[in-house]
Amino acid sequence: MLNTGTLKVTTPSDREVKMVRVFDAPRAMVFDAFTRCELLKRWFGPRGFSLAICEGDFKVGGTWRFVLRGPDGGEMGMRGVIREMVRPERLVHAESFDDYPGESVVTTQFIEEAGKTTVTITVRYESKQIRDAVIASGMEHGAAETYDRLAEYLESRGHITTGA
Amino acid sequence: MAPDRLDATFAALADPTRRAILARLASGQAGVMELAKPFAMSQPAVSKHLKVLEHAGLISRGRDAQRRPCRLEPLPLADASGWLDHYREVWERNFRRLDLLLEEMKAQDTKTKARRTKRPPTKR
Repeated sequence: MLNTGTLKVTTPSDREVKMVRVFDAPRAMVFDAFTRCELLKRWFGPRGFSLAICEGDFKVGGTWRFVLRGPDGGEMGMRGVIREMVRPERLVHAESFDDYPGESVVTTQFIEEAGKTTVTITVRYESKQIRDAVIASGMEHGAAETYDRLAEYLESRGHITTGA
Repeated sequence: MAPDRLDATFAALADPTRRAILARLASGQAGVMELAKPFAMSQPAVSKHLKVLEHAGLISRGRDAQRRPCRLEPLPLADASGWLDHYREVWERNFRRLDLLLEEMKAQDTKTKARRTKRPPTKR
C-alpha cells in the first residue's frame, strides 16, 4: 500500500489530472517542501526547468510567483493565489502561466501513515482542451526524444519504420 | 485511433526535420518563415514538410492568409504515445529530487534533535 516512489497519474474527470505519490517522510516535512521557496527551489521544475525565482506569501489570500528557467535559458513565469492552507494537511492554490491563457486550481492533500506521506495533487483546468494541451506539452523539453520513443512504441506494435 | 491515421502519424514523425519542427511548435505557434530559419532549407521545402504534418493531424494552420501560423495538435500524438506517460515521467523526475531533499531534511532533523537532547557531562 505505502510503496514510495510510484507516481500514479489519472484523469478523474474531463477537466482534471490527479497525481498520487508516497514519500518516505512525515507530512509536516513534505508540506514544507511544497510551501517554502528555499525548499521548492531544490526540487520543483517540470520539463527540465529549474526554479530560478520563487516568491510567495504562503498563507490564505497570499500570492506566489515562480520563474522557471529552461535548459536553453528560456524563462516561463507562473503565478497564483493561495486559496486554502491548513498546515500540514491541505493546500489549495490557483495557478496560471504568463504565456498561456486560463487559470487552474491545484488541490494538494497530505496524508500521513506510519511515517510516510501520501500526497494527492488534483489539478482542475478551465476546460478539457486546456487540460489536454497541458498534458501533451510535457513534450516541450526533449521533444525529439519523445518522438523517438514513440517511434519505438509504434515499431513494437508492428508498424513499418522505414519511410519519409 | 484508426490504423491508417496511426500510419500517417508515424510516417510524419519518421523524419528528423519534421520532428524538429514539432519540437519548435511545442513551445508556441510559428509561421513558415520562422520555422524555416533554423534549417538550411527553402520555404517551399519547409512548406512541404508542414503539409505532411498537417495531413497527419499533428499540426493545424491558422487562417491568416499571409502568415498561416502553425500550431501543434497534441491529440494524435497523445493517443499514440500513451496519453499520460510523458506527463508522469516529467513529474516523477521532480519527485525523485524531492525524495532526496526529504532524506536530507530527515537527516538534519535527527541531528538537531540529538543536539537538543545532549546533556552537559555530569560530575561523579
